[in-house]
Amino acid sequence: MYAFTYHRPATVRQAAGLLTKHDDAKLLAGGHTLIPTMKLRLAGPPHIVDLSKVEGLSGIELTGRSLTIGAMTRHNDVATSAIVQQNLPALAALAGQIGDPAVRHMGTIGGSVANNDPNADYPAACLGLGATIVTNKRRIKADEFFKGLFETALEPSEIITKVIFPLPKKAGYVKFPNPASRYALVGVFVSKRGSEIRVAVTGAGANGVFRVPSFEEALKKRFGAKALEGMTIPADGMGGDIHGSAEYRAHLVGVLARRAVAAATA
Amino acid sequence: MSAVSMTVNGKAVTGDIDPRTLLVQYLREHLRLTGTHVGCDTSQCGACVVHVNGKAVKSCTVFAWQLEGADVLTIEGVAAPDGPLHPMQEAFRQNHGLQCGYCTPGMIMTAIDIVNRKGNELDDRTIRHELEGNLCRCTGYHNIVKAIAAGARDMGTDMGGGTPGQQAAE
Repeated sequence: MYAFTYHRPATVRQAAGLLTKHDDAKLLAGGHTLIPTMKLRLAGPPHIVDLSKVEGLSGIELTGRSLTIGAMTRHNDVATSAIVQQNLPALAALAGQIGDPAVRHMGTIGGSVANNDPNADYPAACLGLGATIVTNKRRIKADEFFKGLFETALEPSEIITKVIFPLPKKAGYVKFPNPASRYALVGVFVSKRGSEIRVAVTGAGANGVFRVPSFEEALKKRFGAKALEGMTIPADGMGGDIHGSAEYRAHLVGVLARRAVAAATA
Repeated sequence: MSAVSMTVNGKAVTGDIDPRTLLVQYLREHLRLTGTHVGCDTSQCGACVVHVNGKAVKSCTVFAWQLEGADVLTIEGVAAPDGPLHPMQEAFRQNHGLQCGYCTPGMIMTAIDIVNRKGNELDDRTIRHELEGNLCRCTGYHNIVKAIAAGARDMGTDMGGGTPGQQAAE
């Protein structure tokens, strides 16, 4: 591993100041993407800004018709939270399928969203629920947040502080995990909130998480698995690698979307 | 070099270490607690699992400095000192839950964490799902699952509600 200096700020302001002062610094949240990357020498940030001592970044709150989750909240805490299980069970289920139990004790929602791994689960939840990503500078709607592979709208020195999920009427997430890594080969998150229907797909796209307007249109007419019967998406724009071809992933999108709607309407 | 202080198996320890030192390296190389193993480069195998503040954590994927002030339990701290094996350890012994033994400390630390979270009556499906972060190349998992089911039940009778981690910390 390349050498580094670490910093443990007590406030978001201090953390942002450190990011501004050292423009090659990386934030450390749960560390279960950054540290493995550093161990393989694929990243060598000279400065690491640890967020674990910053006050007020963890927690799960129900406010009116929204669920607010602090950026440093661990996956296991989201998965086992009574508030999430009662109000947005699809999100609890999603968090409970990330990695493995030990990983879930460390990994965070903020880290997952900021990293935007094309095979991660949380980006599908954010896009699939129309979440708002709150940073130390502004509020960003999910539709404008995810820009591409490992790319987001975050500016340098911008730190996610919480994610706000509007409560849907119905929601479901189905993941087809890679059997070895348990990352999403394809994962589909669907939700219905009033007349707003969202179908968000992770794992399949060559450019990261995306929505499927054709599926959303079909579900607007009737929110049921039957509405998507026989529907497919084209293979172009899908990613292909040793784990699955673009055609296979495109096929899985249809299959999983039907299963996600079935889960949402169960 | 930076200073780090934590509690390991009930004992306060301090060290002056390179910031790159992972918790697993600190435990093995500085504290000579070599029961925790390094099995992969990719945070997948679970041979390094310890308990940090009562929760299973992959010690190869945290820096030692992140554990400042934390309470760490390793496989060496699971049985009472000079005492009998912990029920989970005894269950692995009785059920032939190991062959080479390399994955075993991680399996046992994970198993105790499963019981802490999910109780003493664990069905096969639950155990296998909860072991997704622990790999074994020798056994085919069958006897590991049996051992964990047995150990979980025995933890419910022998330990009377207190886990070794809690007892070690007292």
